[in-house]
Amino acid sequence: MARERLHAQRGRIAIVGAAESDEVGKLPDKSALMLHAEAARNALADAGLSVKDVDAVLSTGRQTANDVPEYLGIRPRYLDNTQMGGCSFIAHLQHALGVIEAGVAEVVLITHGESGASRVGMGGGDRFAPDTPPGQYEMPYGIGGPATRYALAATRHMHEFGTTREQIAEVAVATRKWASLNPRAMMRDPITVADVLASKPIAWPMNLLDCCLVTDGGGALVVTSAARAKDLRSKPVFVLGTGEATCHSIISQMPRFHAWDAAILAGERAWEMSGARPADVDLAMLYDAFTIVPILALEALGFCKPGEGGSFVADGRTAPGGALPINTNGGGLSYTHTGMYGMFLLVEAVRQLRGQCGARQVPGAKTAVCHGTGGILSASATAVLSTEV
Amino acid sequence: MPDDYKAPLPQPTPDSKPFWEAARRHELRIQRCRACSTAFFYPRNVCPECLSGDLDWFTASGRGRLHTFSIVYRGLKVTPLPTPYVLAVVELEEGPRLMTNLVGIQADPEQVRCEMPVVVEWADVTSEVTLPRFRPA
Repeated sequence: MARERLHAQRGRIAIVGAAESDEVGKLPDKSALMLHAEAARNALADAGLSVKDVDAVLSTGRQTANDVPEYLGIRPRYLDNTQMGGCSFIAHLQHALGVIEAGVAEVVLITHGESGASRVGMGGGDRFAPDTPPGQYEMPYGIGGPATRYALAATRHMHEFGTTREQIAEVAVATRKWASLNPRAMMRDPITVADVLASKPIAWPMNLLDCCLVTDGGGALVVTSAARAKDLRSKPVFVLGTGEATCHSIISQMPRFHAWDAAILAGERAWEMSGARPADVDLAMLYDAFTIVPILALEALGFCKPGEGGSFVADGRTAPGGALPINTNGGGLSYTHTGMYGMFLLVEAVRQLRGQCGARQVPGAKTAVCHGTGGILSASATAVLSTEV
Repeated sequence: MPDDYKAPLPQPTPDSKPFWEAARRHELRIQRCRACSTAFFYPRNVCPECLSGDLDWFTASGRGRLHTFSIVYRGLKVTPLPTPYVLAVVELEEGPRLMTNLVGIQADPEQVRCEMPVVVEWADVTSEVTLPRFRPA
């Protein structure tokens, strides 16, 4: 697509409602669909819109595209169940842009609900069944949980660039500082680099404190055209740029373990559409399933050069008071991580850009970038958001 | 033949059957595209470089280098090897990479190094399934 045509999409849609489920954390009394519904109701209330206004539902989880609309009593004109892992909801924002710009729908509801810890109403289905590529080419070798898979990228990054475990641990330390400012965060006690290195080894080079939480929760967004947004009561957050990409599915097929190609592609597109550059953002919400992931994202998105992610995060640069606030809610590492955490990146960015973050508010935040991983660094989706077009 | 093997096993599909059948004979058979000469793994019915269906199977040397690894301490109920063990991605000298286990070395980050030369070693884990593992060359 010609650059002009891409750039013409800048700021055409806005997030007008953003909310989470009433609580996040361990919620054994709530099913995944209940969490979708709670978040959807809260986001619509935030937007000042009725469920009757919704004409498109984008969601994903274990369900089909029909399930969330049925549960909410919506008969949408457009359904989207794109499942690319935790960043799906950021990609849904790009899909919403296409849908709204094409006139297919006007009010788009994007929902997430996941009983990641309590496993209530999650259904079955084995993505790693023995006759699938991961089942045939990875599971027989004892690939464990996601930590084992992400560890493969961390090891190669250390080999290529001399990145140290201490540098990687800085991500957990800075993120915990943000969490200590968020009353809803699950883990709020300060930690040090030494604590991370002394925590239980899971899969070298990832220790327990390098790993995200496992929780229950939900989130939802209401998205509409920039024109309609001006008539609504909430302060619109404009979508300046979006991108999505995938470069592999199973981790052993990752083209370069030390560089995140899907993120480079998604990021380039989002920056190009937005006309913004890394220097223009006031905060970055970078999916932190594991401490290595924001380091890879910082390099892929151009906040630093390839290989410099480790030194970039040192000295509290991403912590409260640092030059580049990252993961101000406390991240997947210390706030909450339901499984497909990407929705929480967007909700927190909206809250920051509206100035609703209290003790953790980034002063005068106008522009944010949200970036997620899906699968095991398989997919990426990026969104540049701003209060101004 | 250990019949008490409980770790996950592959269930071959029509595209992968030649690979798994060759593994039982202790041969590392992988594919090459006749149209663009790219060697690739895992098995497919199209070339992931050019989508040609004109493909050849050949026997790889079994030599390569350790591209990256993790040392698995916990997280699985049933493991193919006693913990800790080395989960590895090996780059074959023909180019493709595959996931495997590195054996014949202490599972210690001070011992295991990226780019170590490695060679295939076959593990007949059940009467039906043989897995390629690698050891330092």
